[in-house]
Amino acid sequence: MSNTLLIIILLGLMGLAYRLGVRRSQKLVGGPGGVRGLHSLPSYYGFFTALWCGLPALLVLLLWVSLQGGVIRDLVVSDLPEAVRALPEAQLGLVINDIQNLAQGNIVSGEVSPEMERASEHYKSLQQTSYAALFVVVLSLAIAGLSLGWKLISPTYRARNRVESAIKWLLVGCSTIAIFTTLGIVLSVLFESIRFFQIIPVSEFLFGLEWSPQMAIREDQVGSSGAFGVIPLFVGTLLIALIAMLVAVPIGLMSAIYLSEYAGSRFRAYAKPLLEILAGIPTVVYGFFAALTVAPFIRNNGELLGLDVSSESALAAGLVMGIMIIPFISSLSDDVINAVPQTMRDASLGIGATHSETVKKVILPAALPGIVGGILLAVSRAIGETMIVVMAAGLSANLTANPLQSVTTVTVQIVTLLVGDQEFDSPKTLAAFALGLLLFVVTLILNVVALRVVRKYREAYE
Amino acid sequence: MLSVTPNTAVGVTAPAGVFAAGFGPVVDESRAINGTVGDITATDPRMTARNVNVYYGDKLAINNVSLDIGKNEVVALIGPSGCGKSTFLRCLNRMNDTIDICRVEGEIKLDEQNIYDRSLDVVPLRAQVGIVFQKPNPFPKSIYDNVAYGPRIHGLTSNKSELDDIVEESLLKAGLWDEVKDRLEETGTGLSGGQQQRLCIARTIAVAPEVILMDEPCSALDPIATARVEELIDELREQYTIVIVTHSMQQAARVSQRTAYFHLGELVEVGKTDDIFTNPRHRLTEDYITGRFG
Amino acid sequence: MSKLENNQARTIDRVNATLNQRYGRERRFRRFGFFAVLLGLTFVGLMFLSIIGKGYSAFQQTRLLLDIEYTESVIDPSGERDPAVLSSANYAGLIKSTLRARYPEVKARKEKRELYGIVSNGASLVLRERVMANPDLIGSSEQLWLPADDDIDMLIKGHIDRSVPESERRIKDNVLAWIETLEADHKIEKFFNLTFLTGGDSREPELAGIGGAVMGSLYTLIVTLLLSFPIGVASAVYLEEFAPRNRWTDLVEVNINNLAAVPSIVFGLLGLAVFINFFGLPRSAPLVGGMVLTLMTLPTIIIASRAALKAVPPSIREAALGVGASKMQTVFHHVLPLAMPGMLTGTIIGMAQALGETAPLLMIGMVAFIVDIPGSAMDPSTVLPVQIFLWADSPERAFMEKTSAAIMVLLGFLIVMNVLAVILRKRFERRW
Repeated sequence: MSNTLLIIILLGLMGLAYRLGVRRSQKLVGGPGGVRGLHSLPSYYGFFTALWCGLPALLVLLLWVSLQGGVIRDLVVSDLPEAVRALPEAQLGLVINDIQNLAQGNIVSGEVSPEMERASEHYKSLQQTSYAALFVVVLSLAIAGLSLGWKLISPTYRARNRVESAIKWLLVGCSTIAIFTTLGIVLSVLFESIRFFQIIPVSEFLFGLEWSPQMAIREDQVGSSGAFGVIPLFVGTLLIALIAMLVAVPIGLMSAIYLSEYAGSRFRAYAKPLLEILAGIPTVVYGFFAALTVAPFIRNNGELLGLDVSSESALAAGLVMGIMIIPFISSLSDDVINAVPQTMRDASLGIGATHSETVKKVILPAALPGIVGGILLAVSRAIGETMIVVMAAGLSANLTANPLQSVTTVTVQIVTLLVGDQEFDSPKTLAAFALGLLLFVVTLILNVVALRVVRKYREAYE
Repeated sequence: MLSVTPNTAVGVTAPAGVFAAGFGPVVDESRAINGTVGDITATDPRMTARNVNVYYGDKLAINNVSLDIGKNEVVALIGPSGCGKSTFLRCLNRMNDTIDICRVEGEIKLDEQNIYDRSLDVVPLRAQVGIVFQKPNPFPKSIYDNVAYGPRIHGLTSNKSELDDIVEESLLKAGLWDEVKDRLEETGTGLSGGQQQRLCIARTIAVAPEVILMDEPCSALDPIATARVEELIDELREQYTIVIVTHSMQQAARVSQRTAYFHLGELVEVGKTDDIFTNPRHRLTEDYITGRFG
Repeated sequence: MSKLENNQARTIDRVNATLNQRYGRERRFRRFGFFAVLLGLTFVGLMFLSIIGKGYSAFQQTRLLLDIEYTESVIDPSGERDPAVLSSANYAGLIKSTLRARYPEVKARKEKRELYGIVSNGASLVLRERVMANPDLIGSSEQLWLPADDDIDMLIKGHIDRSVPESERRIKDNVLAWIETLEADHKIEKFFNLTFLTGGDSREPELAGIGGAVMGSLYTLIVTLLLSFPIGVASAVYLEEFAPRNRWTDLVEVNINNLAAVPSIVFGLLGLAVFINFFGLPRSAPLVGGMVLTLMTLPTIIIASRAALKAVPPSIREAALGVGASKMQTVFHHVLPLAMPGMLTGTIIGMAQALGETAPLLMIGMVAFIVDIPGSAMDPSTVLPVQIFLWADSPERAFMEKTSAAIMVLLGFLIVMNVLAVILRKRFERRW
């Protein structure tokens, strides 16, 4: 790839610039002996020159590469016959794909018309021109920058400060990635969702009681008009999350209490890391466990009791999700329980309370906000958990509260809608992004509330 | 951990300079300080401690301490930091049980019952011997619930009005009633430091214990709050036996009838408070109360 | 006698009256707690037992000892040893004729097909490789251990019960009889299954391996590490050492804390919409997977790195500033090296998280069925957890064994990474 070559050349130039900068700064004060006469160490002058050489060139390179595709595309499109240009967006995309493939010498679907041939030639030549221009522009910028940096060097020039402020801006840039990530998430799901809501009204999405995203591919197809009501998905998600919490909260909380208040140090030293293993197991493993061990187990036992249990019951998925969340609850509870000052314990014990009375009547009420915050975080995690439900919960959107039946969840639907063949711009694909938006908003609210509660709680005891 | 070094043993009359050189961090088992000076017994003892040793892991924190606590008297435990006076206090209602590495030897009796006996139950013991801590530590509950906590867990009352009575009486005794009677439902942590400490005292006396242990109850309080608590201690003496650990010799002199001086885990001298402060018999006690160290 | 003295006298009686009840509650509470811990530990044990129990046998593979005759007329009728001819020769035919020779009584078409079915489809590839590597074999004959079909494999490993009636068994009685004669002749054995560790994916369980997925995971992790470590450390250094306390910094911090709790699948949506649809990066590529996982692990690394920086005492900074170092020099010469072990520990834990992550990678198309082992971060590939997901969906009994074994390998990697983190922490732990 020519871009790689360009970057290698650029790095070489920066190395050269460094050497030149160091050399020049030393020469200006009469050799390495006179370094005391410089404002900064020679290496800083080196870095300074290298930065001038590399930074502007790299920025231009990045900008160029990210814009190149779009510009070339527009140029090619503007040269296409009127009939092609009038095509709808999606079909035009296909044509352009074909042109690109043709230009790269790949196999193209369908026949190649002379116009296509011409367009691909055009595409190829544009690309080559673009690369050549990029080469010239970037390299001349690098050399110009190098000489400018080199010229600026003088014994009193504050090279260190310049280099340090450049580094500082780099650090600032890195720290903003978190914001860009959030922004990226919001924008990417929001845009597609808005397109989705242009087809399906928001009210129908939020309050619809039926979910069956199979849209008719052909007009004459029967019985698949597509329904995008999110309520059954939400109920399914909450049902599984509820089962998970019913498993995880008592077990997690009680084991945290036992380990921090009752267990001997030896028992704790072994039991705690063993329990934490649960936190390190990938969710796909839990999914496998749920689908192949727990679900059949529940089904068989349910049958023995004469119950009608679905093989993809909400119970199996919820149970295993609960197991996954146990260490999450227990380590968070452990934190907040330990944050309750020892003096509280002493006060209660000193009055003659038993250990369990102290825990139940003093420590837990005092730690309650923290524990509630932890549980909220765990709920957010259960709602967003994907692999366990994809593998162990069903696909059919039943509106039911019966844990023995199969339900589906928001995340399962996102995965099924987006994995495999997808037509772009169909409401089916866009629906996945709308679900993503819903998931993001709900978990965000839970997280913000939970983090605030936990932080308030910590501050109260610090 | 114990170093037996008889040669460095220092007699009672040794000059102060030798003392400073002779005192390592470890208690010398050769008993540089011989026995306890003064009368350890009380005429009508409620608690009696005999030959108590306390270890933290291997480290000896209290060495062979014997002391009686008389009925309706205030005994002050004084001494420099780390001398074991708080440790000894916490032995009296077995609060040291909460520290894993702590081990107690010897005998402490409450009304002829050895509290370190295997068969003895700490829950009723602590109901009989209450404790007030150095830092006020009200529960993050309402004032009412703080005071009602003990009676509730011990099942001391059979109905709400009885509980109300106990809460009122305890707050009255702690001298806090007038200040909080209109806001019993407010949280106890919102009170001022001195009020919090009196709330803790009220919480302790709500269980109607026989002995109240106080571990430097005024060290976190300002002078006015301290004076208020001291008054309170004086009033409480009529009904309770009180053992108080204090850093302040003036406080010991003001509130106690008997004073015990601890030094490096040993009980050096016990006696009537007046005698100890006017006429100390042990050189270490004298050095301490005249402010030569501490 | 005042009311209180009266109370004093009564206290002990009242306390003693309810004491047994209270201790009963105490015991129950304690037992409940112990039971909870035990239950948690039982789940850990159950999972490991069920996975190891199902998976350990996948590290062995059943092979049949067959007499193979490299008939020249079948492999290379022209005798020119042209590689093109050699590579497309009918090796399966050689195996079939060997089987026919061994069981001459098999005549019916259907039965013949069943007979051929006991050897894996991959066996002919073994023959081809041998002949291509050494054309002199042509015309000779040799005894060779060739992989058996997955059903036979399951039978030998005892996953198929021979005692149940034929109708409920995947292996029919006639096939069972052939296998039993082979067993009697010691011509069927279990070998260490190298294919499983080095091979790519396959529709045939006995040929499927995790090699491709492991390489995919490796490339993905390398990309993740190269991006997330420098960016994470740089962000942590800025936030902890340079950032002024203002609204912007607060915003960044709130963002980082929230991102740590955003569901991983949402990062997948971001990757799909931004990296693939907007920037046009290739689907299924470890490069994109690595970028998505970078965004996902960054909060973990930043939070751990900040904690490590916070643990360096201010006295070190003051000492360096005191001899005239600039703020930047102080951080890079003194603070950063001291905080490095903590940062590395956090990074390893973040990497372990990334290694086990599945959901976001499904979104960016790393679920494709890919036979080839990827050679770079741009090649389409899958990763270990996704491979597990794909196999878990397969109906064959033999894939269940493979899935469990793949999980064992994945957990093995994770355990190694976590142990590494613990050692690092223990080794460089410093108390100031």
